[in-house]
Amino acid sequence: MDHVIAARALMGTSLAFHIVFAALGVGLPLLVFAAEGLWLRTKRRAYYDLARTWAKGMAILFVVGAMSGTVLAFELGLLWPTFMKYAGGIIGLPFSLEGFAFFIEAIFIGIYLYGWERLSPVAHWLSGLPIVVSGALSAAFVTTANAWMNMPTGFRIVNGAVVDVDPIAAMLSPPWLVEVLHTTLAAYVVTGFGAAAVCAFALLRRSAEDRREQVYAGLTIAMIVASIAIPLQWIVGDEIARFDAEHEPAKFASLEVLFHTRRHAPITIGGIVHGDTVRYGIEIPSALSLLVAYDPNAEVKGLDRVAPEDRPPVAAVHYSFDTMVGSASLLLLVAIVWTIAALRKRVPAKPLLIGIAVCGPLSVVAMEAGWFVTEFGRQPWIARGLLRTSDAATVAPGVDLQFYGFAIVYVILAATCWWLLRRVGTKDHAA
Amino acid sequence: MTPVLGAALVALTAVSLYAILGGADFGGGVWDLFASGSHRRAQRDAISNAIGPVWESNHVWLIFAIVALFTCFPPAFADIGANLSTPLTLALLGIVMRGAAFVFRNHASDTLAAARSWTAIFGAASIIAPFFLGDAAGAIATGHYAWTSPFALSAGVFAVALCAQIAAVFLVRETSHDPALRGDFRRRAVRATLAVWVAGLVPALLAHQSEPALFAALVGPTARIAIASAMLLGIVVMLLIANHRDTFARVAVGAEALAVLAGWFGAQAPNLIPGRWTFQSAAASPAMLNAFLISTAIGALFLIPSLALLFSTFKGHGGGSDAAQRRR
Repeated sequence: MDHVIAARALMGTSLAFHIVFAALGVGLPLLVFAAEGLWLRTKRRAYYDLARTWAKGMAILFVVGAMSGTVLAFELGLLWPTFMKYAGGIIGLPFSLEGFAFFIEAIFIGIYLYGWERLSPVAHWLSGLPIVVSGALSAAFVTTANAWMNMPTGFRIVNGAVVDVDPIAAMLSPPWLVEVLHTTLAAYVVTGFGAAAVCAFALLRRSAEDRREQVYAGLTIAMIVASIAIPLQWIVGDEIARFDAEHEPAKFASLEVLFHTRRHAPITIGGIVHGDTVRYGIEIPSALSLLVAYDPNAEVKGLDRVAPEDRPPVAAVHYSFDTMVGSASLLLLVAIVWTIAALRKRVPAKPLLIGIAVCGPLSVVAMEAGWFVTEFGRQPWIARGLLRTSDAATVAPGVDLQFYGFAIVYVILAATCWWLLRRVGTKDHAA
Repeated sequence: MTPVLGAALVALTAVSLYAILGGADFGGGVWDLFASGSHRRAQRDAISNAIGPVWESNHVWLIFAIVALFTCFPPAFADIGANLSTPLTLALLGIVMRGAAFVFRNHASDTLAAARSWTAIFGAASIIAPFFLGDAAGAIATGHYAWTSPFALSAGVFAVALCAQIAAVFLVRETSHDPALRGDFRRRAVRATLAVWVAGLVPALLAHQSEPALFAALVGPTARIAIASAMLLGIVVMLLIANHRDTFARVAVGAEALAVLAGWFGAQAPNLIPGRWTFQSAAASPAMLNAFLISTAIGALFLIPSLALLFSTFKGHGGGSDAAQRRR
């Protein structure tokens, strides 16, 4: 394996693995906090059992998230030394802040998980709140570093040296807000649909007949979170698309497979990307111009405005984008149907439960696809306009071996995690 | 105080706290692997209870040290990443498997086969991680990243022994509710202290043979005092343990570990990587260092009370285990 490919494969695999656990690490504390709060308010046993069950899942998922996050911290240096040499002194601030947020998260995870019998019920419930807040904050801080990679700001280059570093400006690079919102909402979408899917699956299989009240409570709490997050995610996603059209034209043109700058630009769904053309795609005439500028006659920049050596891998970006939007459409549909049913106080029917069960994995697919869009869409740059990915990778030998080693570790961790979570879900936790 | 000095102190503090607190958790894993005798089960439970609530936050000191390094001294971080990829990757695998195995085996405790294999992984990874971290530290101290050199490897062995010692001394105090168990860890603490003493002499002798510059630094004015203190404190730890002064022993072993680290840092100062980078030459811009120091000050406002709450909840009044709690 070429050393750049190996480094990208290892970093990409590590991130794709970590992001699932990170998202659940942001979202699950909110669900647990809600369940325990409802127990304190209503004193209904089902809420207590639900909080304990979810908390056990949170314990397992959090540790895998923390460990895979540690891998990433090391890999920044092990795989991208040249990048860190430049970027560390510019974009270190959000990482430092993330360090503190992660600290608070880990401390209160310890207090929460081991404190059920040590703290008063209200104190225990409150110890969950810092986990909710710091989990979301740590994801937000890390995302600002990604925003910086898309649009590096807060420094100048003079004779090849970085000067005039402004750490705050680097942290708050132009895309920071939309990216942070998009990532945070993705965490709630994935956790909401993920937890709801587990409950829906249990109801469909009738595997928790003795705990129906608990399972329905879990389904409701999780679907409320998902149904609030997914429409907001559409709004933010639309904002990001408009932002990219203006500020990240290469990414935007790639995800929309727009090869030539034009007015009345269409939206192309699917199709086969071949060289500079896309065939057999479904075209919606003028829709892209309309979405970008609210004007069908507006000009949209195509890939012809980007130097050939600076173009992202168009097909990968486009298919990832379609996968994200397609999955997110189904998520939105299921959320709407569930909301209507819930407002009419109907028990979810079997087809809806099947829909929710499918939305669990689908929400993960949507998040991963969205991650692919932003990462492939930034190529060939690691920090756009500043440093190419191929120039940033380590030249140390053995990265391919590391890749295989960590791939095995991830498979083992994922399989064990899956097995343990199934046991947590099916065991009785009255004790 | 200059920003460079401030950032260096923050980074070294993070490394030191990770070495002591994270080291104690690794050492717990070592004793888990070597659990023996009629109280084997009780030893493992005591270790689990002691590590359980705190190890994840102790682990964050490592993350914080890494972040401090790449934020404040980015070229040194890049240099280490490019040159020590093998030992650091192995340490990383150990860290990851240790963490995952600890939680996995606790949640799989009713399935014997799974619990057994994860317990074995937990113990083995608890040795691998500090060994390669110690090896990497030794390799940095040589200034030429000689991680396969006898000196660096012996530094790895020393790190494992130190972790085991800290853990055993801490566990004596953690098991004050159970005299038999406490006796087990008391014996282990004494043996581990002897092991640290011996394992500490080996790298010094090897440095004398093969790393003259490093040896000169180790017997230089700053490092000399720290290393002598560490050796003295080792004896103090043993005396305190033998005389059942468990709380003082805990303080003494922490001080001993700090003295060891001070010896290392003192021998290297003002170098971050001897012969390659000083803290000054590797430093990021003053703007970055100041931002880092301000964010650290703000972060500490949240961190210190949170840590105080964590440790007072679980490590407060002797015998911190849940078993003790239930018996009350």
